[in-house]
Amino acid sequence: MRKTTPSQDFIRGIWNENPVLIQMLGLCPALAVTNSVANALAMSAATFFVICCSSVLISTCKKFIPHEVRISSYILVIATFVTLADMLLQAYAPVQHKELGAFIALIVVNCMILGRQEAFSAKNSVFRSLLDAIGTGIGFTIALVMMGGFREILGEGRFLGYSLFGPNFEPWVIMVLPAGGFLTLGFILLAMGFFEQRKKAKTEQAVEVSS
Amino acid sequence: MNDQTLFSVFFSAMVVNNFTLAMFLGLCPFMGVSARVETALRMGLANIFVLVLTSLSAWVLNTFILETVPYLRIISFIIVVASLVQIVEMAVKKMSPTLFRQLGIFLPLMTTNCAIFGLAIFQTNRGYGLMQGITFAVGAGLGLTLALVLMASIRESVEFSDVPSIARGTGLVLIIAGTLSMAFMGFAGLL
Repeated sequence: MRKTTPSQDFIRGIWNENPVLIQMLGLCPALAVTNSVANALAMSAATFFVICCSSVLISTCKKFIPHEVRISSYILVIATFVTLADMLLQAYAPVQHKELGAFIALIVVNCMILGRQEAFSAKNSVFRSLLDAIGTGIGFTIALVMMGGFREILGEGRFLGYSLFGPNFEPWVIMVLPAGGFLTLGFILLAMGFFEQRKKAKTEQAVEVSS
Repeated sequence: MNDQTLFSVFFSAMVVNNFTLAMFLGLCPFMGVSARVETALRMGLANIFVLVLTSLSAWVLNTFILETVPYLRIISFIIVVASLVQIVEMAVKKMSPTLFRQLGIFLPLMTTNCAIFGLAIFQTNRGYGLMQGITFAVGAGLGLTLALVLMASIRESVEFSDVPSIARGTGLVLIIAGTLSMAFMGFAGLL
């Protein structure tokens, strides 16, 4: 494994290895709850809480967890924090809790969280695991809020519940329906592919000119 | 207790609220295993089997144990799903080594398949009884299989067509999924 600096651990999850947009992990919540920005924020907050707490706990206990049962132990730790997050949301944000419904419980099976534990927390110090978890959590939040923004603005003409275009705007109903989730993420990926290719073409050109 | 008829439970789980295309559950195999029709079909069948077992166990847990300790629901469900997948894996390996080889990595990966865990949670939230639960599981499993096979057939024919280079890979799969999901929306009026 190559060595990285703490700042790289932090930045990596946000952009270069963004869990949703690059690694395609945790797609289920990313598509299911992003029909409005408020839901996307609540979901990201819950996931952020779970990933930070479990990363810290697992990197603290990594010496005591036997290698053979590590995956089950990680799942148990994650499930415990998800239960906590579920109760906290129910107590402090009952509206969002009702909107998200079963998807809060489904954070347990979000491959992104388990993936970070297995790939990072199990091998690194507490501080760096926390940095990595925060980075990944922010990356997840960015992706979710971006999708939620697109879908709410186009689908309802509102952002965070505030009307943007006035009554003459004809909402694209498809965007808040399930199909809109697939299409939004699909088009975001297309745009990313486009920019990636343009960047590549530019560097190639630069190489040609310099040689 | 929920008094929905078995047919409406079945039909809603399979087509109208298709697990993959309308509720976004089980997207990992949907993206990962949908390159060939044959694998997709096998994956779907294995899923139906595990879903029915999960539904049964979730019902047992809900009726006899979780009444008194509702806050243990998430933890106990994930343990049940994980051990079920393990048991199924061992059983398949013992009884039919051929099938075991064909399914390969997809069997153990079912633990983190949201469709299976999601089924247990949805069944509990809607208060389905034993028969309703099993019908729900079969319907959901058939719906997953349907979505997987449809997707795989489309991807098999897309493979040889001239797709713009930026759209190759996941982007294209997602847009096809969006179109399929739109098609499934047409069933919404049925129930």
